[in-house]
Amino acid sequence: MIPGDFEYYRPNSLDEAVQLLATHGDDARVLAGGHSLIPMMKLRLAAPEHLVDLRNIASLSGVSESGGDITIGAMTTQTELITSTVLSEHCPIIRETALLIADPQVRYCGTLGGNVANGDPGNDMPALMQCLGATYILQGPDGMREVEARGFYEAAYFTEMNDGEILTAVRFPTPAAGHGYAYKKLKRKVGDYATAAAAVLLSMKDGNCVSASIALTNVADTPLYAQAASDALVGTTIDAAAIDEAVALAEGITEPASDGRGPAEYRTKMAGVMARRAILEAKERAQ
Amino acid sequence: MSKQHVKMTVNGTEVEGDIEARTLLIHFLRENIGLTGPHIGCETSHCGACTVDIDGRSVKSCTLFAVQAQESDITTVEGMASPDGTLHAIQEGFMQEHGLQCGFCTPGMIMRTHRLLKENPDPTDEEIRWGISGNLCRCTGYQNIVKAVRYAAKKLNETTREAAE
Repeated sequence: MIPGDFEYYRPNSLDEAVQLLATHGDDARVLAGGHSLIPMMKLRLAAPEHLVDLRNIASLSGVSESGGDITIGAMTTQTELITSTVLSEHCPIIRETALLIADPQVRYCGTLGGNVANGDPGNDMPALMQCLGATYILQGPDGMREVEARGFYEAAYFTEMNDGEILTAVRFPTPAAGHGYAYKKLKRKVGDYATAAAAVLLSMKDGNCVSASIALTNVADTPLYAQAASDALVGTTIDAAAIDEAVALAEGITEPASDGRGPAEYRTKMAGVMARRAILEAKERAQ
Repeated sequence: MSKQHVKMTVNGTEVEGDIEARTLLIHFLRENIGLTGPHIGCETSHCGACTVDIDGRSVKSCTLFAVQAQESDITTVEGMASPDGTLHAIQEGFMQEHGLQCGFCTPGMIMRTHRLLKENPDPTDEEIRWGISGNLCRCTGYQNIVKAVRYAAKKLNETTREAAE
């Protein structure tokens, strides 16, 4: 369980990090929290020759809210998300989700940027970022560009991010005051990836749903934004019929693998169960 | 590949060495500086036997390169007891409440408990169970481990109160 050897770099600035990636091309990888990459390196499924550790770049960490947007630096750890007062106040679904990721030790190391950039369909934050309508900020040799989370994921471990680019931050509109939210995750044990999970964000006004957003984790080779299911709730009181319809539409877009977490049919149904529970709880929480 | 020079503080003592970049922290601690308290269990960041405290965080040292811990302040189970051998309240708790059977998970359990009680000095049983959920006991002796953590929390809180009075 000893990884292949590599040259280690710990740049102090983003420019320096981008430069290192440009110099070493395909042979270089970025190291954030390391809790996906290092296990892969131990199994020799990854063998980068140059590892660029981002931990000394202070500008990549932290949570801020201004002008109706929340911005989170890529190197912000899951523990920092859980303890952030800004997020607890304005966007508590992030804390709820982060608490369901791995275990305490892993959450002290694992970062938001690593979780969303790696492209692992088992990761929880990508679907949540799609639910929140987040934008990813990428820095590369040709400058900065932005990609929507809903268009970022192409297949397992394949994303819109190019070699040589670094995901530096995630930005999304601050959810409306009084919004309802829930992240529901079925897993076999602490530390496991989801058998199925659902993120729901919605707003109610005078008893009617005025906006809704649903996304699903680990029931396809990418996270899934459930546009039709979201639309099915808007304009309703979120009664039983509307929920049944949204759940059926959510189940309809899943394409899970049959694996140790269960047969595909079961995982599709569990995606529906998680979506149903998340919708009900979000409705309950909405003001 | 060239060797990297690393320097860090472990249990209050500055240590350094020239190592390959791929050296995992657990190997540096056990093989380079001879601290065999942190154990190698699963090597896949599941079991928590290798847990050490790094700059106020519980970390699985099998999933961190030693070079990543450059300039950091590390505590291992060897740093818990007083220099005169008096056990730390957490170690005493594991002894009094029979919180270990084979003992393999114990160094990780103790180091995780150390950080848990710093962050939450008076946890409920449920908070203890979630707090140590990244540490596996293959003897499945969790009931007494939870009691040991509770014992340690009580003793540490009493000590804090006495100091305040």
